[in-house]
Amino acid sequence: MQSAVDVLSWILLAAGGAFVFVGGLGALRLPDFYTRMHAASLTDGMGTILILVGIMLQAGWSLAAIKLIAILVCLLLTSPTASYALANAALLSGVEPGNSRAGKAEN
Amino acid sequence: MVILFAVFLLTLLALTAVAIVRTENLFVAVMLTGIFSLLMAANFFVLDAADVALTEAAVGAGISTVLFLGALALTAEHERSVVSGRWLSMGIVVVTTLILIYATFDKPRLGDPRAPVHQHVAPWYLDQTPELIGIPNVVTAVLGSFRGYDTLGEVFVVVTACIGVLFILGVRRGGYSPSPDGDRLTTAGSGLRHHLIPKVVGRLLIPFIVLFGLYVLFHGEYGPGGGFQAGAIIATGIILYALLDGEAQALKAVPRPVLMGMVVGGATLYGAVGVAGIALGGSFLDYSVLADDPVKGQQLGILIIEVGVGLAVCGSLLSIFHAFAARGRH
Repeated sequence: MQSAVDVLSWILLAAGGAFVFVGGLGALRLPDFYTRMHAASLTDGMGTILILVGIMLQAGWSLAAIKLIAILVCLLLTSPTASYALANAALLSGVEPGNSRAGKAEN
Repeated sequence: MVILFAVFLLTLLALTAVAIVRTENLFVAVMLTGIFSLLMAANFFVLDAADVALTEAAVGAGISTVLFLGALALTAEHERSVVSGRWLSMGIVVVTTLILIYATFDKPRLGDPRAPVHQHVAPWYLDQTPELIGIPNVVTAVLGSFRGYDTLGEVFVVVTACIGVLFILGVRRGGYSPSPDGDRLTTAGSGLRHHLIPKVVGRLLIPFIVLFGLYVLFHGEYGPGGGFQAGAIIATGIILYALLDGEAQALKAVPRPVLMGMVVGGATLYGAVGVAGIALGGSFLDYSVLADDPVKGQQLGILIIEVGVGLAVCGSLLSIFHAFAARGRH
């Protein structure tokens, strides 16, 4: 039983790590500001969920797990909001989608 | 494994520092400074210094970034390039670095129990804290009670810094006067005014941020935390409110006189606990005489001074933020 939970937790952690890695790669490689932000935010959300659930399985039912749930809820609320606010601010300040030069200058 | 992680973090830290020096865009430099602080906090945590990590994350990565951005709004976004004197500074930096690296050869190994720092007063603190003060977090005991003078000095440093910033940036007499023009100005000035999603989520989070700040304040005796961190976290919550609803609204919620009262009152509360110690027959900042039981007195004293520290820090940070924001409006 314990080893099954361990294996599941490691799979989740590895998958989360892979998502974060792909997100980082996308943030570096994609052509313009919006696609790069999209890569970072979307995979960050997924990566966060997978990694935190993985750690929760390691922690078991304890105070640590409840704290992790609180962190997860907080991140799931703030991370997409921050991405939205960032994209909105970029749009308002005149960064045009598809224009890689403007996107690079913004970063 | 921990060593590997620490080396990774320190490498990132060095890279970030180089990037901060090299970038000419000050906005990027501010963001990198925030990242630097967060990495530093992670480093502190790897070294088991949870209290310092919490302070670094709250003050360095949180508040400082906001204050830097506030200062940046008053100035240009790009650094003026400096041409002369580069080789001189380079030479000084290289020599200093070599001296510092040479000095590390004499440093004891990380975590060495025979290191001088662990031979002096630290064992005494660790031994006596359960007996004299009876709280699990030795850091809080050292900061609040054993070295209460130092913390008192730190609080007055924060208050002095606040007074200095207010003198430089200027305080308007009589606080904020709501006028239709001023309101429109701030409405246009705060970029998030008409953005529903950040506003809703932010408003949802603010009570929890303030609640967490209070938890950190009152839980400082049992876990990492204390007045400094709590003050910074609560100030963050109120600054978030100012960003979402405009600075005028935040000033309506926590007016300038209240902020000044927090700064002065917090520092005075700390000093008053010290004087109360004298009045009750002990010495300055000796909490043992505050209650019948010396241990209870110590705990009461630490709690009161932590509240004082929290008030002073929160008030100072908010005053500085408002000073920057008010300056930016003109």
